[in-house]
Amino acid sequence: MSVAAVADWRPGPAPAVVLRHDRARGTDLLLLPERVVVLKGAAGTILGLCDGTRTVGDIVSELADRFPGAPVAGDVPAFLDRLRTEGWLR
Amino acid sequence: MTTAPDRPWALLAELTHACPLHCGYCSNPLELTRRSRELDTDQWAEVMRQAGELGVVHTHLSGGEPLLRRDLAAIVTAAEHAGIYTQLVTSGVGLDRARLSELTGAGLRSVQLSVQHADPDASDRIGGRRSFADKERAAALVREAGLPLGLNVVLHRENLDAVDAVVELGLAWGVDRIELANAQFYGWGLLNRAALLPTRDQLARARDAVGRWRERLAQDGPELVWVVPDYFDGEAKPCMGGWGAVSLTVTPDGTVLPCPAAASLPDLDPPNVRDHPLDWIWDHSKAFTRYRGTDWMPDPCHSCSRRDQDFGGCRCQAHALTGDPTRPDPACHLSPDHHLIQALTEEDAAAPKGRPTPIRRRTPLRPKTAGQRL
Repeated sequence: MSVAAVADWRPGPAPAVVLRHDRARGTDLLLLPERVVVLKGAAGTILGLCDGTRTVGDIVSELADRFPGAPVAGDVPAFLDRLRTEGWLR
Repeated sequence: MTTAPDRPWALLAELTHACPLHCGYCSNPLELTRRSRELDTDQWAEVMRQAGELGVVHTHLSGGEPLLRRDLAAIVTAAEHAGIYTQLVTSGVGLDRARLSELTGAGLRSVQLSVQHADPDASDRIGGRRSFADKERAAALVREAGLPLGLNVVLHRENLDAVDAVVELGLAWGVDRIELANAQFYGWGLLNRAALLPTRDQLARARDAVGRWRERLAQDGPELVWVVPDYFDGEAKPCMGGWGAVSLTVTPDGTVLPCPAAASLPDLDPPNVRDHPLDWIWDHSKAFTRYRGTDWMPDPCHSCSRRDQDFGGCRCQAHALTGDPTRPDPACHLSPDHHLIQALTEEDAAAPKGRPTPIRRRTPLRPKTAGQRL
């Protein structure tokens, strides 16, 4: 992944991918045809910011404000890129 | 059991047993439910609401042919309101642009389309009705609407040699997923087993073909799913991901079952959503607690290292082949009844000629079930 490739990207869920909170299990989920992805830790919070309007930079700075001291600048772009490779974000 | 069982992820909603097709391996029970006994729109909406509360996040809107329910869009809306991701499981017959638009407007997320063979004439023959052209049109409409599309093909003696053509058909139709589901022998499939059961050679060739396609399509092709033919492998399948562990089935009249075939089991006293809330049914009904977990298992299952992987196999299969649903699944080579399945597959290899033609599944519109009349 190159930083340049990510800079202009405004990630949003791929068609048919749904992010939702699962009250029965107290967790966030990604729902796809024939598949459920259980989101651990802050993954659901990060994906909640992927609305197709925020850039990756916007998302990183917003998370940096919310979670001071967390390694968001390095981890978050890599995480988003991994989900794009899976086809869950675009 | 003192702790509550895990919440179910998925609901198979058999909205109706009515169907334009007459496949001889239909997963509906022999005793089909008449249309007059079906749950109404409000009752299905309540099922979806309760299912969502219970933890269900996926529903397969199935049948029969769910498009025969005029209120399908209202049921989709109810599922969507309950936070449940909807997949239409259809023959494609009756899916025109207006209907699909109504369903996507209601929140439908994905479609699984059945096809009986890659060859139009063979597909129509197996389905017992001219339907291939409808399926092709339905696939194009789903693609046009931008919904994910899966192709489901039940594999048996008559189409296993055409696996390559089936995959090519899926590629031509632009599907995202191809489910190659070897026929399971319950209900109609059991009735028609002699006509459906493949030869070992046929299976080996098909398996090799799937392996080659998997390599070719690994990068960006559709996902290929191979549902195992458990009569031939000597291993029990992890049926339903465990009894009452992952999903539940609601039949057209509101009966709730751990799997679509379980109505055939004795002593389950299947509960109905008309009488009990879904959470009670999941947590406490005899039908769901009877074979949950591992306490019910006899040996060799109870002491087996694989018991948490295969869950003792399939209760319906144990019942169908031994008359006793508590016995180990005869598909497993460790089962004392494994010879029953071995005899069937060897018999098959020895005498492949003179097969009966499959008995067509009948619609439930008639006064008696086909099973009784045959």
